[in-house]
Amino acid sequence: MSLLRVEKLSKHFGGFTALDGVSLEIAQGERFGLIGPNGSGKTTLINCISGALRNDSGNIVFEGREVSGLPAYQRTRRGIARSFQIPRPFHTMTVLENLLVPAAYVVHLPEAEGMAESMKILGLMGLAEKAHTLASQLSQVELRKLELARAMAARPRLLISDEAMAGLAGAEVDEVLKILFELNATGITIIMIEHIMQAVMRFSQRVVCLDAGKIICEGTPAAIVQNPEVQKAYLGA
Amino acid sequence: MKYWIGAVVLFLVALGLALSGVNEYFFYAAYIVLTFVVLATAWNILGGYAGYVNFGTGAFFGLGSYSAVVLFKALEAPLAVQIVAAALVGGALGFGVGMLTLRLRGIFFAIATVAILFICETLMVNWRYVGGATGLQLLRPEVIQPFASYTRMLFVVMALLAIIAVSVARYVQISWIGRGLRAIRDSEEAAECSGVPTLRLKLFACTVSGALMGAAGAPMPMYLSFIEPASSFSLNWGVSALAMPMIGGTAHWFGPVVGALLLGSIQQIVTVTISNEINVLVVGVLLVLFVVLAPDGVLGLFRKFFRK
Repeated sequence: MSLLRVEKLSKHFGGFTALDGVSLEIAQGERFGLIGPNGSGKTTLINCISGALRNDSGNIVFEGREVSGLPAYQRTRRGIARSFQIPRPFHTMTVLENLLVPAAYVVHLPEAEGMAESMKILGLMGLAEKAHTLASQLSQVELRKLELARAMAARPRLLISDEAMAGLAGAEVDEVLKILFELNATGITIIMIEHIMQAVMRFSQRVVCLDAGKIICEGTPAAIVQNPEVQKAYLGA
Repeated sequence: MKYWIGAVVLFLVALGLALSGVNEYFFYAAYIVLTFVVLATAWNILGGYAGYVNFGTGAFFGLGSYSAVVLFKALEAPLAVQIVAAALVGGALGFGVGMLTLRLRGIFFAIATVAILFICETLMVNWRYVGGATGLQLLRPEVIQPFASYTRMLFVVMALLAIIAVSVARYVQISWIGRGLRAIRDSEEAAECSGVPTLRLKLFACTVSGALMGAAGAPMPMYLSFIEPASSFSLNWGVSALAMPMIGGTAHWFGPVVGALLLGSIQQIVTVTISNEINVLVVGVLLVLFVVLAPDGVLGLFRKFFRK
């Protein structure tokens, strides 16, 4: 059974069509890549899936249940978590406190257990020694990790990583990629949106390319880079 | 536990003062300072914790006063009933305003609250039953024993309200609600995606804040033996209720208390020694100074000082 099924999803902003009948299916445990040129609708698509935006038409079915009418916080409670392209930390809180928000509001853990679990996640992310640092004092790469860590604290079954690696140096990309592989190994399905082709190609089992709100190609990473339409729309051939 | 012992001790001190021979003027001034403690604390629940700036404190406060007057005039309801009713009206207004405006972010919410203030004032100006624009003279009922004067009794009542308001604010801050409100202030999108029901929490904060402001307004007509719309719905209430937490520190429940005691006392002293107009200036100048030099307020300054 598929974990997430998106059916004929459309979203308009005034006269502009951001998503035009997008359908896709993601299996439990899959590593799924989403690529496409700027403005192709990638972020709109995941905003619709996570609930930050409401789709105009179409369905979003998660674990067999329709979620497209639910507010974002309820979708998070159902198991869909996301990171933000531009990090949005709770900047007046410490790194640990950032994770305690979803621990309290999604998993409903008591304070002590929430802390223990959050520390474990921070350890996995390599942020353990920053636990008591204010989020506003983190570096870019640490902020990206915090985004992922906070998403993880909601114990998601689907994690949407929105350009978690944009602007990072080579070694840092490898570091974040390694974390995502590890999370996937624990059974979490991951949608990766990324401009760094090397990373997407290495990470994904299956890739979809969006252009102007439509899926133009779907396949394995190897097939995608060979596809003439993808090359024309995105790879600049 | 330490907090509750402190609260009880403070209340007993207030009661002791009211029964002692201290000069009547002290209670007259202290009543206003305590009113500001309630207003600043109430404002901070929405404005400080959640970051939604409310300029319409006067609307909640004024409606609280008018609710009390209506109940007094129609049913001769006792003060306690007036206060509870005013809290209900303030809470209902908070809930209603919240439903209409809390989907708006930042500056739009602030503007909407100013509009509510003017709407409330206009309504009362045009309501003959409560005296319209000229206002209404009120006869105080008999003072309850053992208090020597009505002002002394009102002082004790407001001290109790202040303790209740601060206890509520403290509970909100240290409970799971407080963490959610902080998350909303820092980033509403991220809060929502972290499972925080943002609209519901904002509505809760707005309702509680409004109820406390309404309650603070209820004894005011009896304090003045008079009510009229212009001063009841003055923008000054809103400015002070905003300035005091800013000066004291918005992140902690103690901040608005410090700010209100400090600024409220200075205002009372300035009113007596210099003039009534200057006291508004004091609020403005101090607010600017703190926003520029100590954005985390007096509490922030202390924290910095002790960390070094």
